[in-house]
Amino acid sequence: MLHDQYVTVHNSQAFDCDESLLPDLERFRQAVLEAVAKGGRIAALSARPVNDGDSRIVAVVAFDAEGVLQVFSSPVAGEYPAIAADCPQAHWFERDLWEQRGIVPLGHPWLKPIRFSHACSRGEAADDPSPATCGVTDFFSMSGEEVHEVAVGPVHAGIIEPGHFRFQCQGESVYHLEISLGYQHRGIERAMLGGPAVRTIHYVETASGDTSIGHAMAYCRGVESLSGTHVSPRAQVIRGIALELERVANHVGDLGALAGDVGYLPTMSYCGRIRGDVLNMTAVLCGNRFGRGLVRPGGVAFDLDDEAVRQLTRRLKSAAKDTRVAVDLLWESPSVMARFDRTGALSPELCNEIGLVGPAARACGVPRDVRRDFPFGIFRFAQIPVSTWDSGDVFGRAYVRWLEIQRSLAFIQEQLDALPPGQILSPVGALAPNRFSVALTEGWRGEICHVLSTGPDGKFDWYKIFDPSFHNWFGLAMALRNQQISDFPLCNKSFNLSYCGHDL
Amino acid sequence: MLKAIKARLQQGYRTTSYPDGPPPELPRHFAGLPVIDSSKCLPACRQCIPACPTQALDIDTRTRQVSLDTGRCLFCRECQRVCPAGAIQFSRDFRLASSSRERLVVTDSSPLPAVELDGAIVRLLGRSLKLRQVSAGGCNACEADTNVLGTVGWDLGRFGIQFVASPRHADGLLITGPVTENTRLALEKTYQAVPSPKIVIAVGACAISGGPYLDHPEAHNGAASLVPVDVYVPGCPPHPLTILHALLATIGRLPRGL
Ligand code: SF4
Repeated sequence: MLHDQYVTVHNSQAFDCDESLLPDLERFRQAVLEAVAKGGRIAALSARPVNDGDSRIVAVVAFDAEGVLQVFSSPVAGEYPAIAADCPQAHWFERDLWEQRGIVPLGHPWLKPIRFSHACSRGEAADDPSPATCGVTDFFSMSGEEVHEVAVGPVHAGIIEPGHFRFQCQGESVYHLEISLGYQHRGIERAMLGGPAVRTIHYVETASGDTSIGHAMAYCRGVESLSGTHVSPRAQVIRGIALELERVANHVGDLGALAGDVGYLPTMSYCGRIRGDVLNMTAVLCGNRFGRGLVRPGGVAFDLDDEAVRQLTRRLKSAAKDTRVAVDLLWESPSVMARFDRTGALSPELCNEIGLVGPAARACGVPRDVRRDFPFGIFRFAQIPVSTWDSGDVFGRAYVRWLEIQRSLAFIQEQLDALPPGQILSPVGALAPNRFSVALTEGWRGEICHVLSTGPDGKFDWYKIFDPSFHNWFGLAMALRNQQISDFPLCNKSFNLSYCGHDL
Repeated sequence: MLKAIKARLQQGYRTTSYPDGPPPELPRHFAGLPVIDSSKCLPACRQCIPACPTQALDIDTRTRQVSLDTGRCLFCRECQRVCPAGAIQFSRDFRLASSSRERLVVTDSSPLPAVELDGAIVRLLGRSLKLRQVSAGGCNACEADTNVLGTVGWDLGRFGIQFVASPRHADGLLITGPVTENTRLALEKTYQAVPSPKIVIAVGACAISGGPYLDHPEAHNGAASLVPVDVYVPGCPPHPLTILHALLATIGRLPRGL
């Protein structure tokens, strides 16, 4: 496992953080840049506090094709030459690092807070690096005749979370969109420290509340790796079913919302309802439509009996049929396709350069899927084919969702038909002290990455959460370039990113 | 076009007949209004207290009465799991909303929660309710299950209830989330922009008490810390049926006894 100066691990494989230590920052910076040049993708980059206020910069580089993670670290203090200067993927990570630890990435192209977390620490930090009010900051701006600025949010027109969007336009065309978030910042990563405690699971279940299963699975797999807990095959299957139900519910909802955004009401109405039906299937598992309370360290808290399997099988059939009828209408309506086609297109090169994940990446023809690349739980035994499309536009993102819906529904049925016997919840022991783990799962928006480490007492001394939205918000900004501003709602919906999952 | 009509026929009529007919079927493991029987408690047990993530439980040292604050409760049922005597159970009653914060606290003999608004405001609203939704740190679950009421399955519009884009067109706010410090200003401004008299509905444990973010310095322990709240809707998130019931109760459109 130990290479010269870095660690290669698999998804949620515990290791000793010191093994990844490089002698100095220059070596660290080189190593990360080399790894990315070799086809690696930054899954995590942050600074971990170590004793006496010192920090260690840590990078996790994912090699999708090989299915391995390389972890690098080095001591860091004060400032260091920004990685983002040579590697755009690092852009958002280094802003986060700077905001959280006060360490300055020198030469960073656009250094400003991503969450305005200091705005809510009520003046406690003396060397406060960020502004006092969320969203009050300099924005990238343009000047010139007919250039104008449009500001939207934080409160939006519908039932949506808050975020601020700043467009630089000429006439109807958008030259640049800057997205300013942080409104949903609740202090989750801070509150995870010293855990696991009674609230910990609830933090991860509400980190991004429409992805409760995805985040709870990442957390549980992290904890299980640090405690050496074996999860039974039956529990793995139930987790897998829940994860795919979450994907289907949200994808169906997104297709409905996309239809609504182009004014195609039939699909909007049908999909809106079907989404609810799928959430109700998750409620069959555990009583809660979002799967709250189902996934717990050691397995799952609710078993599936024959009656539930029968019910789910019946509901799956009708959901599959209803969805097909509702979604097929989209592809056959020229008025819909005219709006979806070539709107908000991203190239595969850009996708890789900025490190997109999930359906947004797969719609650019990049076959990136944690379920296949870094298989976890049931996905080590049952593969779901990766769904891709190559147009990179709104149509691509919609169509990949449709492909995934069908494949996930088939997977769920297969799993229900072959539910292994056995117990569902293994006892979880204490976490090993001074260990480190990186847990990846494929949520419906893409890669969820939890990075956790324990101190000498076996409690979390560091916990980082990277929701897929962390990677993809910048993709939305890029997708808007040279688009009509009136296509923003459609583009936005085609990504449908999480505000709370980003803001934590 | 023919295909669209065929699809329309295939999808059928799916709107629930509630409240005139029976409510849609709730899942088997559904956790509704808690039922407490303190007489079952073992002497000096208190196991439920540290198990609760949101300090929703209390045992009165003198009367030995267990109380559960549904305004804080995440309905995780950890208390039920650790209780050796079965003193805490969760019923299937989805009617959780109350216009009184105190009445969210359930004990052996507490009255059922109820929405009883000032008659004047109910009359003023008449047969319609326009709400502006503000997500103030919500995790998108309360938001999603509020949004779902607009779909054909529930068809909120048939009750004259609508979510509007501008606070100036609204009769009040529906707030979700613990109210993060970073949304405080936006919430205050939105509240001020709603013409008086206005009503405020707090949906979900976060908006009522802070939920899992209780006492976080980054948030404000719910909407009531900043604006006056008229109706509280417990849950994490509340089931759409619970939210619908609350909204109908708010405008006095529930048939008697429901
Ligand atoms: S069900 Fe409610 S009262 Fe019981 S432990 Fe969970 S949050 Fe606390």
